[in-house]
Formats: sequence, C-alpha cells, structure tokens
Amino acid sequence: MEKLSYVHNKNLVEFSRDKKNILVLTADLTSSCEADYFKNTYPERFISCGISEQNMLSVAGGLAREGFIPFVHTFAVFIYRRAFDQIAMSVAYPNLPVKMFGFLPGITTPGGATHQAIEDIAVMRALPNMTVLETGDATEVESVLSIAYSIDGPVYIRMLRGEIPRLFNKDEPMKLDTPRILSNGTDILIVSSGICTEEAIRAINALKSKGISVSHIHISTLKPFNNKIIPDLLATPKYGIITIENHTIIGGLGTIIAEKMAENKINKNLIKLGLNDTFAHGASKHYLMKEYGFDALSIINATEKLIGSSLNINENDLSKIDIEPMHSLSKPEAL
Amino acid sequence: MDNNLKNKIQLVANKIRKRVLEHTIKNNGGYLSQACSSAEIFSCLYLHIMKLEPVEKPLMPKPFMGTPSNNNKNYVPGYYFNGQHTRTSDRFILSPTHYSLVLYATLIETGRMDENALNDFNKDGSSVEMIGAEHSPGMEVMTGSLGQGLSQAAGIALGRKLKNETGKVWLLMSDGEFQIGMVWEAFQFMNHYKLDNIGIFVDVNKQQCDGAINSVMKIDPLSERLKSFGAEVISIDGHNIEEIINAATIPHTEKPLVVLCNTNPFCGISELKSNAGKLHYIRFKNEMEKQRYIKELEKLNSILQKE
Repeated sequence: MEKLSYVHNKNLVEFSRDKKNILVLTADLTSSCEADYFKNTYPERFISCGISEQNMLSVAGGLAREGFIPFVHTFAVFIYRRAFDQIAMSVAYPNLPVKMFGFLPGITTPGGATHQAIEDIAVMRALPNMTVLETGDATEVESVLSIAYSIDGPVYIRMLRGEIPRLFNKDEPMKLDTPRILSNGTDILIVSSGICTEEAIRAINALKSKGISVSHIHISTLKPFNNKIIPDLLATPKYGIITIENHTIIGGLGTIIAEKMAENKINKNLIKLGLNDTFAHGASKHYLMKEYGFDALSIINATEKLIGSSLNINENDLSKIDIEPMHSLSKPEAL
Repeated sequence: MDNNLKNKIQLVANKIRKRVLEHTIKNNGGYLSQACSSAEIFSCLYLHIMKLEPVEKPLMPKPFMGTPSNNNKNYVPGYYFNGQHTRTSDRFILSPTHYSLVLYATLIETGRMDENALNDFNKDGSSVEMIGAEHSPGMEVMTGSLGQGLSQAAGIALGRKLKNETGKVWLLMSDGEFQIGMVWEAFQFMNHYKLDNIGIFVDVNKQQCDGAINSVMKIDPLSERLKSFGAEVISIDGHNIEEIINAATIPHTEKPLVVLCNTNPFCGISELKSNAGKLHYIRFKNEMEKQRYIKELEKLNSILQKE
C-alpha cells in the first residue's frame, strides 16, 4: 500500500493558487496542521491568530462576511470544544462559508483526552447549516478541498496529516453525500469512515476468504446524509450491519445509520463499533483501536456475533493482508 | 462645535429616551435603563459620527423571513436600515442586543424606520425582536452572545483592510462584556494586525444583569487594561454631545479606538433610581409604580415641547 506524506501541505498550496479569496487561519499549530507551506508561499493570505480559538472563529465569520473563504486550521478539539458558541452564532447561524479543518480526529493522536476529538461529529452535525466531512485517505485529503470550497456555507472537516495511505485511486475523488461502495455482498454490511476503513478492508479480505459475503461502504460525508442508495444498502444484508468509526458511538456514524434504519423501517441487527461512551488516553493509534474495540479484529468478532458461528481468524491473519488502492465497485447511480 | 448640530443631536437623544419610556409603559416593562445611559451615544453615532448611506424613506421592517440557510432565499439581514454597503460607508455593529429597543428608537428618530414599526416589537412573527438578531432592524451581524460582536467586527475590519476599503467599523459594547475572555483575545488580535479602521464606543454604565458591576465582577482599571492591550483609549462623559463627537475624531494610527463613555443609568428618568441594582430589565411591580413612570414621561414630554 502506498503511503504519502505532507499530502495536505502540498495540496493546499496548489489548490489555493488561483483562488485568491482563500485565507488560512491558524491558532499556533501551523506546521502541526500542515499549513506551513501555505504560510511560506502566500504570507499575505495567512492569518496567525495565536492560541485564541474563540476569537479566531468569530474573526473567520467576519472575514467571510467580507467575501473571503477562511480555511481555519487547528486541532479538531480546539475548534468545536473551545469555540462552539462562536461557531454556532458567528459562523453557522449566518451560514457563512468558513471551512474548519479539524486535525487529529479521534484517537489519531497519542496526546490523550485533551487532544482527542471523540464527539466532534455528534456535536457539529447537530448545528443547522453545518456540513460534516471526514477524510479516510490521501485521495480524500486532497479532494475534500474542492468539496468544502464549493459548498455555500460552513463546513467541518476531520482531516488527516503526516503519513497517510492512499486507499482510493487518485482519479476517484471524494464526492459530497456519496458513499464509496467497496464491496458488494449479501450476508453482512459494514459501514466505515475515516481511518477505520483501512481496518474494515483488512477484515473484509479475511471474511471473504472464509466465504462470508460482505458489503462494504465508506462514508466521507456525515452530513448531509441523504443519498438514495442508503435504504437499499441497509435493507440487503441477511445477518445485520456493523458500523465502525473513530468516534464515540453516540451521535456519530453508528447513530446516523441507526436513524436511517428506523426512518426506513429496516429491522436488522446493528453493531456499533467505536469508543463505547468513554474517553480514551494517550497511546498509539493501533493500541487504542484494539483496546477500545474498533480495529479489524473487532469487525471479525462482530461478524461472528451476527452470524452466530466462529470463523477462526486471528490477528496474525489480518496483519498479513496487504491493501492495494481500490476502485469503487460500482457507481452509486448504477444501483 | 456647531450649536445647531449639538441641539439637534440632543433632541434626538431625548426623543430616543422618551420613545423607549413610552414603549416600556405600554408593555409594562422593557430595557429602559439602557436607553437612559446610551441615548446620546446612539444619536451621535447615527447623526454625525457614522458615514452611512441614506435610506429613501422611513422603512417598515419585513416580518421574520426565517433564519439564514441555503434553503431560504428570502432571508434579509437587518442592515438595510443602515443604508447600502459601499466601499466607503461605515458599518455599525451592536454587540449587546438587549439594547435593541434603543437601536430601534434611534432608527425611528433619525428617519430610517417607520414609527409604526415598534408596534411589532416582541410580537410573534415579527423581526422587531426584543433581543435583536441579524434580521432585526439595524442589525448587521448575529450578536448578542456577549463578546462575539467585537471579534466579528475585527474580522470585518481586517477583511475591509485586505480589500483596501476606506469605510470604518463602529461597534457599541456594554462594559460588562469586558469580563469575557474572548474580548481580550480580540484586543490582542486588533493590536497584532494594527486594525485602525475600528472604533468602539463602550456604554460604561457600571451595571449588569445581577447588579452593579463592582458587586458582580470588577473590571477596573478598564482604561489602563485596554491601553496595555494596545488600544487608543479615551474616557469621556457619555452624555456630553461635544465630548462624544470629538472622541470619534481622535487619531488612532495602527490601533483600534476605544471611547469609554461614562454614563448615568438613570439619566433623564430619575425614577429609575428606585430600581438601583436591578436595572437590566424594568418590570413594573404594581400600578403605582407604573403611574410614577407615566409622570416621568410627562416630564420628558414637557422638555421636548420647550425644544
């Protein structure tokens, strides 16, 4: 599997080159949020705000009123936890095009509870006018910019940094409110988002080798969530649905799927993997995903529970699986 | 300064007070003390200090047209009462929106709003809300969550600088807002970005919801604190027209201007002294109290008749 570095840093510079209304705002975490290339390339469009996120978000609202598109960069926790009232009243209420790039979603940081954004989707999707996006690989980190930029309103984005895999082909960019269908099957449906999709792909390869027929969709738009293919996808699996997310299972992807099931009268088992109403702590990503039960093996265990029999897949089998960049199996329109 | 202008501004200030008092009596309550303390500030801003585009005639507010969203193309912010936005026109941002009634009265007395508009005040389905929102008459942005007005104004001021616009951003703040952390973040920001296209009038009436500021949470020495945060600060009598007008012209190169207007929360309506400590919202306890305020209204009327 291809791994890339500084994806956002390079891409942001390219993307902003001819879009002069983009301003980048940061709160003392410029290189930590891969905005330093932008800062060095377009210093006149870079606005350092210091460690004062409440002011930064309201200032962003003011700048947006004057026709600019502020790209706010900081760690996700400092956006929605520290400046929620400012986001709600200075940005979301007036439906202003402020794009909030939240880095270190969920347990992607060893920084512990202070740095881990674990309820951001729940909180941000409750805000009227807000669009909520989550990136899962390099292709999405690149292509999320044009989606965010083209939306006439505020956007919150769970962003990845550092070394990130390319799971999806570069020529298949992220599309708004469009799930990526990565596998078609009839026994189980797995719905994954963000960094959990890589885990799901591993698990599904192992499940298929045991003869399980698995559907897998990757979600990068958490709000709006109205794609017409969703009810059919949810209605198909014989044994049930597993959601897996790098977030608390309250209010995020699992909840969204549960809501859609209820709205569409789909009576099936649903297992929600993710942080089970708990804060986490400072440790490595893989350690935490295993500890809190949202890694590839957790998907195997959940599948066993749904089908009611053991599959004899262990951690070793899963780690051996190498992942190649994937094409979506079918265009959603084709379904 | 020109005496005619001074008299005209004072007359409007008196009319603002009178209109807010009338309204308070009619509704058995209201944000009355705010009008007492800030009437001269509002009349100076609207009649002389701010460069606003005119409106054709006194406008009637539109009804509430829904909140801003991509599905609501009918949404109109309330700034059409302040005239068209141009590169050279000033902007007015009211940070403490419980002063809305004072703003509405000002718009009426300066010929920007139809006087019948106040009949819609706090009525269901009306945009003339008790605590104004972005769609309420004269409102430019969504303020009222205290402290956010200043940072939004700073963003607008920075944006206008980046576009080389010459118009200024004027803000009215209440002194209680200086208890809020983000206000100091905003001053730090304005200092760093040398925002000199912003002027802030503060109604220093030393009152807040729970009572006198000094009994709730001290903010002094406010002037020194603001100066140390890089602002150009002047402290004046907030009821003296000449001092207010002159303060707005003080040079403040590469700095925001702060005019601390020391005001009297009972100014023009001495009966309010009986409510000392509970001035945030006046609600008559009984008919006798209401009658005393009706007497105050008669006094204000007779002053206005002399003028």
